[in-house]
This record gives sequence, C-alpha cells and structure tokens, in this order.
Amino acid sequence: MTAAMPVLRRRRFTTPRALRTPLAIAAIAVIAFWLVVIVLAPVLSPAGPLSQAFDRLQPPSAEHWFGTDQVGRDVLSRVLHGARVSVPIALMLVVASMLIGSVLGAVAGYFGRVLDEVIMRVADLVFAFPTIILAMVIAASLGPSLGNAVIAILVVSWPPYARVTRSLVLSARQTEYVVAGRLLGNGPFTSLTKDVLPNIAAPVVVLATLDVGTAILLLSGLSFLGLGAVPPTPEWGAMVGDGVQQFASWWIAAAPGLSIMTVVLAFNVLGDVLRDTLDPRTADAVKGGTL
Amino acid sequence: MLLLVGVTLVTFVLTNLVPADPVQASLGEQAAANPEIVEAFRERAGLDQPLPVQYVTFLGNLVQGDLGTSQQTRQAVSAELGRAVPATIELALGAIVVSAILGVGLGMIAALKRRSAVDQIIRLVSTIGISIPSFWLALIVYYVFFFQLRLFPGSGRLSAILTPPPTVTGLYTVDSLIAGDMVAFSDALAHLVLPASVLALYTIGLLTRFARSAVLEVLDQDYVRTARAKGLPGRAVLLGYVLRGSLVPIITVMGIAFGSLLSGTVLVENVFSWNGIGQYSYNAATRLDLPAIMGVGLVVGVVYILLNLLVDVLYGVIDPRVRVA
Repeated sequence: MTAAMPVLRRRRFTTPRALRTPLAIAAIAVIAFWLVVIVLAPVLSPAGPLSQAFDRLQPPSAEHWFGTDQVGRDVLSRVLHGARVSVPIALMLVVASMLIGSVLGAVAGYFGRVLDEVIMRVADLVFAFPTIILAMVIAASLGPSLGNAVIAILVVSWPPYARVTRSLVLSARQTEYVVAGRLLGNGPFTSLTKDVLPNIAAPVVVLATLDVGTAILLLSGLSFLGLGAVPPTPEWGAMVGDGVQQFASWWIAAAPGLSIMTVVLAFNVLGDVLRDTLDPRTADAVKGGTL
Repeated sequence: MLLLVGVTLVTFVLTNLVPADPVQASLGEQAAANPEIVEAFRERAGLDQPLPVQYVTFLGNLVQGDLGTSQQTRQAVSAELGRAVPATIELALGAIVVSAILGVGLGMIAALKRRSAVDQIIRLVSTIGISIPSFWLALIVYYVFFFQLRLFPGSGRLSAILTPPPTVTGLYTVDSLIAGDMVAFSDALAHLVLPASVLALYTIGLLTRFARSAVLEVLDQDYVRTARAKGLPGRAVLLGYVLRGSLVPIITVMGIAFGSLLSGTVLVENVFSWNGIGQYSYNAATRLDLPAIMGVGLVVGVVYILLNLLVDVLYGVIDPRVRVA
C-alpha cells in the first residue's frame, strides 16, 4: 500500500507532551515498580510466600513490615509474590479479550448481515448481565480455580471491544482509502487487515489500557469471593478475603488491597493520558459497567 | 422481549452445560454417594427429564410468575427474590442519589475550572474512586467506622431488636417513614450509610469523569456563548444551557453507573452482610442452586433492560429532537 501512495512526510518521533506530565510519569513509575517486583519477587521477599514459619497475626513490625497472617505467613512476601499472579494474568486477559472482541467486532462490522446479527446479539446478551454476577455464575459452575476465573472473565469482557471495533470498522469501511484499496483489488481479508485495522487501532488500544484495571478488579473480586485463586496461592483479592475473616487484624488485607489499587490506578491514569494523546473522543463511550 | 427470552436461555444453558454437578453441591458428599437419594432428588428437581423439556417446563412456570423452588432453602425463588431485590434497590438508590449529586457537581466544577489545580485534584480523586477495589474499601470502612469508632452499624439492614416496618415498598427507610416509625427509620438509615458510601465512591468517580467531559464539550458551543453574550447571569447559563445540554451523556452514564452498582453490590453486600441480590446470587452461584441462579439472572436481566428503557425515555424528555426521530 505505502509504495503506491505519495511519500508522506514522516513526523519525527518525540515523546508526546501528555506523557511528560507528573501524573503520567508517576503512573509509568508505578507500573515499572511492579514489573521489577514481578521479576525480583523471590529476591526481594524476606520469606517464601507459603512459608508458615512465623507467629500468627502479628501486627506490622521492623521484622514483618506488613505483619503476618492467620497461619503465620509474612504478608510482605505474599504481596510481592502476589504481583506475579495478578498483574501478568490481567495483562494476558486484556490482550486475549481485545483480540477476541475486536476480531469478532471487525467481522461483524465488515461483513454485516447474519454474522453481524449473531455476534452483536450475543454481545447484547452478555451486556444484559452485570459483569461480576455473570462471571461469578460461570466461575462457580466451572469450579473455583484461577484458570476458570480467567475463562469466566474472558466470556464477559470481550463485548465492549466488539462494539467499539464494529462501529469503527463500519465508519472506516466507507472511507475513500478503504474503497480505493478494494478497487485496487484488495480482497476482504487484505482490506480488513491492511487498510481498516491500522486506522482504528488507537481507540482499541486506549480501551485496552483502561481495561487492565477492570480486569485486575474482576479477577481479585472473584478471588475475594473464593471463586478464583485457591488457597494458598498468594493472590491479592484472595488475601483481602482472608482479611474479612480476621478483620480485627487489619494489616492482612491492607497491603494487598493497596497493591491492587496502585496497579489499577496507574493503568487508569496511563489509559487517560493515552486517550488524550491518541484519541480524545472514542474510548469514553464504552468505559463503564464494571466493578 | 427477544432479549428476555435470550436471557432465560443463557441462564438455562449456562447452568446446565457446566461440569459441576448440582446434585453433589446440594446434597453433600455423603448423600450423593447413595444412589436412591440421588434418584429421588433428581426426580423432585425434574433433573431426570431431557434438557429441552426442562427448559419448556421452566418457561411455562415462568409465565405464571413461578420461578421454581430453591434447591437449597426449599422456598419459592420468587418469594426469596421479593425480599432480596428491595434490599439491593434501597442500597443502590441511596448510592446513586449521593453520587448523582456529588458526581455531576464535581464534574461541572472541574470542567469550569479546566486545567486549574482544582480540576487536577478532582480528576485524580475521581480516578482513585474508580480504581479502589470496592471489597477492600468495604473492609477498611467496616474496620474504621464500625469496629474501631462504632459510628455506624456494620452489618444487616436493621438492628436485631427492632422489627421491620410493615412491607409496602420493601425499602426499610421508606416503609418506616410510611408507618411513621422514626426509630426504625433512623436505624435503617444508619445501616445504609456505610455500604452505600462504599458503593457510591465508584459511581461518583465514574460520573465525575463523564460529567466533566460532557460539560467541556458543551461549554464551547455557540449557544452557550450566545447566552453569555445576551447578558444572562452565570448561574442561569450554567443550569439552563450548560447542564441541560450535557444531560444526555450524563443520563447515559447514570444508566451504566446504576448497572455497575448492581455489580458492586455482590462484593459490598458480602462484607456488610446485606441480604440483597448480591448475597443471594453469591449463595446461589457457590451452591449451584440452579432455580435460584436462573431467578437472579432473570431479575437482573429484566432490571437492566428496564434501565435501558428508562434511559431511552429520558432522552426524549431531555432532548426534543429525539422524540421526532
């Protein structure tokens, strides 16, 4: 395609101004911090995440910064190892639901007719339930495990991508460059992947960034209810769940909950910044209906 | 209507095509090991019939308002839902009223003071609001305001020593007012404070963000400038022109926000032992109580559809152009 078009002046890449605001830098720093923790968790942790070597229910101290839990595990070590569970799974979930949703949405928008009807009606059905209730029913039916929670979240999280992608494809399909591409002999597949998708990618990526937080909240929410990570997995939501049983020992839940919040907040801020930079309008319309 | 049938089908298929065995979940292992008990149970629950027959039976009962009997409690699902739904509605209404006022207000302030320090702070706070895990916040609030400070009651809808007011709407606060029982009213209200606040924080964040961008969009419109140029006082412009013009997207988000409240209740009711839809669906899901799950799915699905309908109707009220179309 590019070869056939007149040479466009390429803008030199500079860091967008929005990414240089203090808030954006803070968000990137928080995400970088957790990525380091994910890699170095075993080195940084004072104890193993499953080791029950300590006295039970000790409040935070110099020895145990975040205290110990109901079976004598070091909460700090579990929080650090917890990053290895929640963050990578959430990222993977978002990529997967983005792929599934946008492929279905693109197919629905591009080919229309029966495919469009079927795909979008199924999406409507999923939209007709509160996400966590549907996810909870699916996770409970499949049996509590991290893998099943992931499946449950996938089922409920693709429709927003399908809706956005579909509407973007619908309008992109009418544009002159896509029509020109078809006239030049591009088949539907080439047209979709080479002409349409690159031009609608930005809003979908923005949506995905804003969705990382939602995915972490859903995953930890299910684990909190006992329908996700199974003990003794050091998952943040499940650790907050432990705190409900022992609510007088506030420190059991404090650090894991705070960790969830920092990650979610960082991705939400980053998503906002990306949206302001790449796509001021679109992504707004579909963010919502979550936890 | 088609969506409704779809909802029944989804809940039905979902609860039947899963590997988990409801017999095992309801009876416990010991009884499930006894084939006679299992057979009797399956027959009573109609589980021995082929699936399409089960579905048609279910639909037939449904049309007559019969949602079946909970396999767990042996009570009619419709009666149980009749108690759980008002509890959640009360909670969600409390939260949505607070968040509509605060969220729209904060969003307008942020938009009017665009790029100022106030705007920055409001944006950060609203983003924090949608980033806090509600179940964690619930726990913290429970610990601080109930366990430590004893400022508010921490669980249930009414203190155990009081009797619930006679049922009219099912909302304890409204019913006690109707009955003129001020003691019960203030007690019910106090019980509402903590869970409703926790739920509201997320919707406040959501509404603030959307109200801000909706108002920003309107502020630049010609008709707002004209109104200012005509010399209308600031407040009249703000309420009559800016707010009115940005109401359509705000109403849309309110619909979404109310939906997300229903989701949020699952986690928050869990911490505050609030016997609403959230707790009910949690119990139904974890015990694989199929009639109860289908009942919840149906009720929640209907509520969602009604909500969308309400939003659509409100569009027409707000924006005359929609009525013509």
